[in-house]
Amino acid sequence: MRLRALLASLAILAAGLAVLSYATDGFRAFTTETARRIEVREHPRLVPDVLLQTANAQPLQFRALRGRWLLVDFIYTRCPTLCTAQGSEFARLQDRLAKPIARKQITLLSISFDPDNDAPARLADYQQRFGDRGAGWIAARPADAASLAQLSRVFGVTAVPDGMGGFVHNAAIAVIDPGGHLVAILDWDDPGAAAAYVEARLVS
Amino acid sequence: MISSRRVLALSGAVLWLALVVPPVPQILQSTMTLQMLVQIPLLAAAGWFASYAVPRHVEEALARWNGEGIAGLLLATFAAAVWMLPRMMDASVDDFHFALAKFASVPLLIGAPLALSWPRMGFVVRGVFLLESIATAFRMGWLYLASPERLCSNYLWNDQQQLGRYLIALGVVMCLVVMWKLIWGRMRISGTGSGNGSRNAVSPSARRACAAG
Repeated sequence: MRLRALLASLAILAAGLAVLSYATDGFRAFTTETARRIEVREHPRLVPDVLLQTANAQPLQFRALRGRWLLVDFIYTRCPTLCTAQGSEFARLQDRLAKPIARKQITLLSISFDPDNDAPARLADYQQRFGDRGAGWIAARPADAASLAQLSRVFGVTAVPDGMGGFVHNAAIAVIDPGGHLVAILDWDDPGAAAAYVEARLVS
Repeated sequence: MISSRRVLALSGAVLWLALVVPPVPQILQSTMTLQMLVQIPLLAAAGWFASYAVPRHVEEALARWNGEGIAGLLLATFAAAVWMLPRMMDASVDDFHFALAKFASVPLLIGAPLALSWPRMGFVVRGVFLLESIATAFRMGWLYLASPERLCSNYLWNDQQQLGRYLIALGVVMCLVVMWKLIWGRMRISGTGSGNGSRNAVSPSARRACAAG
């Protein structure tokens, strides 16, 4: 009786630890956000060739951006909180990364996850508001619903209505390598780390 | 007696159906508080009641591997730990497969094992279970209140704070109930639950032990 209870308990203990370990990527990821960062870091994903529309109303195939490093963030221009900081950080990154930007080694890309509201004029206004330095920062929206859905899935973007007409979203700076692979997702509020990540990998 | 077991099992099945038929899951998953404090506990309750559908000879056979109810308690603890992960709560909202896994595993791996184990647990095992439940409510509540970041991508920070406050309140209420039982309740200190393992044939002493929890 006792031996059997012990055996059953040990079996459950082993199975339980195995399941918990699997569910947390080896006790590393307890939240969806950590999990997506680990997943991207360990298994870089190819970003699909979606169609974007830029702030000056030009179509832009994602594939056309191959051959350079991209720092990507997801925004919506009506955002009163997080994105205001995201916008000014990208403008400051333009200063810090001015040289590799001029050599077309790095481009900054802000993509709207609210394309219905973010027409090109709104995107241009967003960049102007935060002091766009005029080079190396593209703001764009997905050209159609399918492109938005693909981007959201690949980047793991989640936007929840905040009950006040806006969104709460998992802001971050995503890094895409010259081959078009999403290789890292970094903290949105530490652009220095994102800049350092890319600078360390630039072929000098 | 047999009919009362059937009624309990049937009510478990009805409760389960009521929880999985749209739009109930969407409503109960709309906030973190509803998912963690209403949906998951009710799914476990459905499994608890549905466990009365387990034939008695199967129950006896299971009981031989479940001395003092420890194996069942361990199983329920691990299953509960998995569904308490912010990541899993998110996944069950985002992905239908995870929702299905939750609908199946919470009743079968939390509710039913607890129902089959509770009558066999002695005073010490019940005490450990209850105090650990209280500690978990305080730990999770504190975590949600203290975290400056959203732990679930699908839920708002305010929601997380509210859940934190409810969990602390739940911990306090459980503490008070246990204290009340210890001071005024009647309980049996030694031995396991009902000896022959059948939940119909509870001896008067085992019945009191149940009431003590």
